[in-house]
Amino acid sequence: MIAFAELLDRLTLTPGRLAKIALLRRFFETEADPDRGWALAALTGELSFATAKAGLIRAVAEARVDPVLLGWSYDFVGDLAETVALIWPATTEAAPPSVTEIVEALRTRPKGELPALLTGWLDTSGPNVRYAVLKMITGELRVGASARLTKTALAEFAAAHGRVVAPDDVEEVWHSLTPPYQPLFDWLEGRSEAPDAAGAPVFRPPMLAHPLEPPDLAALDAAAYAAEWKWDGIRVQLVRAPGGQRVFSRGAEDVSAAFPDLDGVLASDAVLDGELLVVRDGAVAPFADLQQRLNRKTASAKLVRDFPLRVRLYDILFDGAEDVRALPFPQRRARLEGWMARHPSDRLDLSELIAFGSIDELAAIREGTRAASIEGLMLKRLDSPYVPGRPKGLWWKWKRDPLTIDAVVMYAQRGHGKRSSFYSDYTFGLWRDDGELVPVGKAYSGFTDEELVKLDRWIRNHTVKAYGPVREVERGLVLEIAFDAAQFSTRHKSGVALRFPRVARLRWDKPFEEADRLETLLGHIARQA
Amino acid sequence: MPHPDTWLCVRPEGLYCSPGNFFIDPVVAVPRAVITHAHADHARPGHGAVLATRQTLAIMDVRMGQGRAGGTQQALAPGETLTIGDVRVWMQPAGHVLGSAQVAIEHQGSRAVISGDYKRASDPTCAPFVPIPCDVFVTEATFGLPIFVHPPASGEVRKLVDSVALFPERTHVVGCYALGKAQRLIALLRAEGWERPVYLHGALIALCTLYEQLGVALGDLRPATGAHKADLAGAIVLAPPSAIADRWARRLAEPVTVLASGWMRVRQRARAKGVELPLVISDHADWPELLATLDEVGAPEVWVTHGAEEALIHAAQARGLRARALRLLGYGDDSAEEAPPN
Ligand SMILES: [Zn+2]
Ligand SMILES: [Zn+2]
Repeated sequence: MIAFAELLDRLTLTPGRLAKIALLRRFFETEADPDRGWALAALTGELSFATAKAGLIRAVAEARVDPVLLGWSYDFVGDLAETVALIWPATTEAAPPSVTEIVEALRTRPKGELPALLTGWLDTSGPNVRYAVLKMITGELRVGASARLTKTALAEFAAAHGRVVAPDDVEEVWHSLTPPYQPLFDWLEGRSEAPDAAGAPVFRPPMLAHPLEPPDLAALDAAAYAAEWKWDGIRVQLVRAPGGQRVFSRGAEDVSAAFPDLDGVLASDAVLDGELLVVRDGAVAPFADLQQRLNRKTASAKLVRDFPLRVRLYDILFDGAEDVRALPFPQRRARLEGWMARHPSDRLDLSELIAFGSIDELAAIREGTRAASIEGLMLKRLDSPYVPGRPKGLWWKWKRDPLTIDAVVMYAQRGHGKRSSFYSDYTFGLWRDDGELVPVGKAYSGFTDEELVKLDRWIRNHTVKAYGPVREVERGLVLEIAFDAAQFSTRHKSGVALRFPRVARLRWDKPFEEADRLETLLGHIARQA
Repeated sequence: MPHPDTWLCVRPEGLYCSPGNFFIDPVVAVPRAVITHAHADHARPGHGAVLATRQTLAIMDVRMGQGRAGGTQQALAPGETLTIGDVRVWMQPAGHVLGSAQVAIEHQGSRAVISGDYKRASDPTCAPFVPIPCDVFVTEATFGLPIFVHPPASGEVRKLVDSVALFPERTHVVGCYALGKAQRLIALLRAEGWERPVYLHGALIALCTLYEQLGVALGDLRPATGAHKADLAGAIVLAPPSAIADRWARRLAEPVTVLASGWMRVRQRARAKGVELPLVISDHADWPELLATLDEVGAPEVWVTHGAEEALIHAAQARGLRARALRLLGYGDDSAEEAPPN
């Protein structure tokens, strides 16, 4: 548990991707089975016990330390698990529990034994291990490493053992495996063949599109592409196999439990690629509605009723047990249409193909659409197979021209990682009729490195107040902000929320008094609705 | 026997001893000051007469410039006794930084000890704390909460050396205070076998040079300014905490941000400051050291100057001691020292 606790510590504090991979790789190399397997499960969110609530931790701690001092310490630290990890009186640290020991005890021992078990673990551990133990039993083991990053580290770990394994190869077997993943490590270390995922509903890495830039557009041959709408939902993969049905996010996360209304939506085996949307009376609802259904472990009956889901299908990867990813787009599309005809469902529909004769015609169609639920167009090369990742030149996303506002910079904050020495996150505001400048959003992309240096210098020279990492600046700098959509919002002082705001241009030239008014933006939303 | 209450009191300038007519660590310029150590929140410029250890006076001269560190200076050796007015005064090491001392004052048979800032953990760059039995013990409480337990500093420094081995191409830039922490870190690194050069931000050079003149060997030190980026790959660079995530750090090769401070015990603090490798190394007593010290000096009464007073007072009272907060303002808030987190 010591190595795992140290790994968690470093991962939470390390901003760099490569550094995180190095830390993970070293961990897999130095730790033994089955500890590293259980640790891998904890890191990828596959282990969640959530057996202990805050009340139990508090009770165990109060039996050991002065409750008054515990209270003051908690006020200072702000996190109960961390407070208890730090305040627990030092003992011998003779033999901290192993990850395996904790997992097995949590699986097999009755719940009533938990206080005594926990006390014993805390007594034999140092502060880092105590913290990891407490986070493990409360099921809050969120650290700064995504599941994808962990799989990339596993692939690199395999390379060190002379195995050529891509992160996607790990992905394709991942959901057929269970902790502590002995067959996975046997494979990665060259002791056995790849685990057999046949029959299991596993995730298949999706094909992604490149943004279409003007030079690409000029070179485009209209006859070689199919076009579809790009819907403003979230990309999902529906999988049904003899082993069951799953809904996966684009990031390979099994999100089936969050969408009980999609249970059994596939009437026979297939792997389908589509967009998850909220659809009412045939119309796609704004993204804000879908958001009500996201980032939840499960969904209440009311939620299911109020925010009805639909998956709009783009593609088919497996038709029954047959892998059809190597087929060109039109053949896959025919397979998809055939599958849908055989297995209709009111929670599935087909993404419409848009007929067009030329790129100009397509551009006109793109300009003509007003619906907020459409982000733009997708262009798919007719002869393209379904390739995981983001192969260039096969799929393009051609977003609608963004909407823009001219806004005034109000606050700036330091960025992360490579940008941690720069003020790179900007809160911007618009003028209200009463003359007050009201913050409407935050942007942290869209400028070049050279522009960032200039912005950073401007922020430092025009700071009026510093609040920790945040600087309030003089009014004076106008940014042209592009965004995909705007919505009314009761959570923001301004009453609006922008979707994906980014800096389109630095308007050094524009007097800040002439920045846009909030009312203009509100009017725009009202007209759209 | 007059209670120290009657001859040692808090004035706006700081703690004042009336029968001796002097202040201890006053926060503004006064005619007569006794200084426990040279951190900027304890040693201010412009006093008339200054009494302190030889090393503290030397450090004050370097920090403030000749002539600003007291109109007249008098050095006091550890254990050497002086009579000032109607009191006897002597000093004993506080183990905080080079030259740091506790001030013992005796008046008509009653004795108060003002410990200044102190720690009990070993420090190769300064003399260890000497407990003085007394009637009133005046203590700091910078880390006066039971969550603060500083691990052995050698283990923390090993983490730094390990990290350089894991990321040999990256510069490890360590935020540390210019007086005390920087020199202690270098000495600890040397003790761990780090013989390569240690690079210094310009703000740390003068005090490192002075430490060496005062007999603390620090090995191969080089200025970071002007060093080639390639030389700094895999190097350890020490800098003031304010510089590690600032423009200054951009000259370094993919820096790993390290901060050596007692506050790094709390993860949230490390995260909020963007620290990649926190090292829990402090020159202040942690909670167990504070309590152990109260037990050792055996004073029936404790006055707490600055820090988390309420928790230490609560714990002292639970031990049957009389305890109160002095509510002195102006300490612990200087960037020269281990400032409270913001
Ligand atoms: Zn100090
Ligand atoms: Zn101090």
